Amino acid sequence: MTQPIVRIEELHKRYGDNEVLKGVSLEVQKGEVVVIIGPSGTGKSTLLRCVNLLSRPDSGHVWVEGEEVTAPHVDINRIRAKVGMVFQDFNLFAHLTALKNVMAGPVWVKKMPKEEARELAMEELRRVGLADKADAYPGQLSGGQKQRVAIARALAMNPKVMLFDEPTSALDPELIGEVLAVMKDLAREHMTMLVVTHEMGFAKEVSNRIIFMEKGVIVEEGPPEQLFYNPQHRRTRQFLGKITELYGNAETG
Amino acid sequence: MSWLIDFWHMIWPHLGRGLLVTLKLSGGALLIGFLLGLPTALIRVYGSPWAKRLATLYVDVFRGTPLLVQLFFIYYGLADPHLTTLAESIGLPPSLLVLPPMTAAYAALGLNSGAYQAEYFRGAIQAVSGGQMMAARALGMSRWQAIRHIVLPQALRIAIPPWSNEAAYLVKYTSVVYIIAVPDLFGEARRIMSVHYNQMIMLPFVGFIYLLMVLFITWVMGKVEAALRIPGLEMEEQERF
Ligand SMILES: Nc1ncnc2c1ncn2[C@@H]1O[C@H](COP(=O)(O)OP(=O)(O)OP(=O)(O)O)[C@@H](O)[C@H]1O
Ligand SMILES: [Mg+2]
Repeated sequence: MTQPIVRIEELHKRYGDNEVLKGVSLEVQKGEVVVIIGPSGTGKSTLLRCVNLLSRPDSGHVWVEGEEVTAPHVDINRIRAKVGMVFQDFNLFAHLTALKNVMAGPVWVKKMPKEEARELAMEELRRVGLADKADAYPGQLSGGQKQRVAIARALAMNPKVMLFDEPTSALDPELIGEVLAVMKDLAREHMTMLVVTHEMGFAKEVSNRIIFMEKGVIVEEGPPEQLFYNPQHRRTRQFLGKITELYGNAETG
Repeated sequence: MSWLIDFWHMIWPHLGRGLLVTLKLSGGALLIGFLLGLPTALIRVYGSPWAKRLATLYVDVFRGTPLLVQLFFIYYGLADPHLTTLAESIGLPPSLLVLPPMTAAYAALGLNSGAYQAEYFRGAIQAVSGGQMMAARALGMSRWQAIRHIVLPQALRIAIPPWSNEAAYLVKYTSVVYIIAVPDLFGEARRIMSVHYNQMIMLPFVGFIYLLMVLFITWVMGKVEAALRIPGLEMEEQERF
């Protein structure tokens, strides 16, 4: 059996009295696209943040490429460099051009020579279709363009896995498509992806597996056909019903 | 007309020297304040609880007490014979505590400005969204790299307007140092007035020189702010109207 890119075992996390993750276990294989869905406040973002230790779990283990992230004294910056992350509200560095945003990781984290980093960054911007915006500042870009730059910024680190936390939730409907298109390209190139999203069209079309989370536990997981057409749990059915009502029937993708 | 020229020849050698002292004090205190204020602000935002408490104590003491009291404490208070003998008894040269007026002035103004600058920088650092730090850390930057490359370049820009205010205040506040016999612009003016009783001319004139300095600082900092403005951000601000 091949080694999973991400392995999560019995993860627990609480904020004060609020137990957010109540023992979550999960594996993501190389090239897999796993979509996580679930109601608000269920711990989806927390779960993603535990993968690169932006949040530190109270107990449980996380491995990235077989290396334990949660082990004591691990060089977390080196592991984070292998894990790309894309946020709901983009978080582009506001004082840097699109190109410099993409160069940031290679230059400051990997100590890549500037010239080499510039070429790499241009390449990544081309990949997300924004080579012509290289010199624009985040304040001069649309939401969809910002998110594509943010994806390019993560890709420039040549990550082993990409984490997406509701990458299209802050976008106007007409801008969602361009971001999903970039993500679909990535999936086609066999990028390993762990995606929290409400875009059911995307989930149906590109994911290998869907995980339904609620109240800090995984309620049900399986291939998209199973979750959409033959869910085993009543809660999964209810949630999918509600989400289709809210976000339309898989057409935005 | 010639009396005016004579008058000018009489006051300018003194006032010119005083102006130079005021400029040196202002510049020196701003620099000391910057070197104290920025680390203090960083400690207050990112430091360990213990270091945070120390930094807060410094800021509270120097913002919460009158500048004049601080100046007197550093100039007269430290020179207290009890203290100097104490210093001697533990092997320190007493001259360490008996400061020349100019040194005491730099210390008081610098420490005071540092406390205010720390607050402006802290506000600016906290105004940079937490998401910026999170995104930097997610890329694999260390905390210090994130502060240096991502947070500070934005925070320092945000801090420019309050910082120019502080600079303008400081130039005027330097005028208290005449009281410990530092021959600054106001000190020199006082000396001339006490000989010639010409305060109706001297006070407006000296006030005018301070005004010119403040206007100059405001103008320069405005230029700096404009030069460092991040494209795309100012547009959003304008559109709000
Ligand atoms: N830093 C924090 N401090 C305290 N509580 C937190 C923190 N981060 C998250 N929480 C709480 O943990 C719970 C789960 O949050 P999380 O953001 O992981 O949920 P989510 O599933 O991503 O929800 P959403 O769909 O709204 O993004 C929420 O109740 C939230 O208030
Ligand atoms: Mg979330």
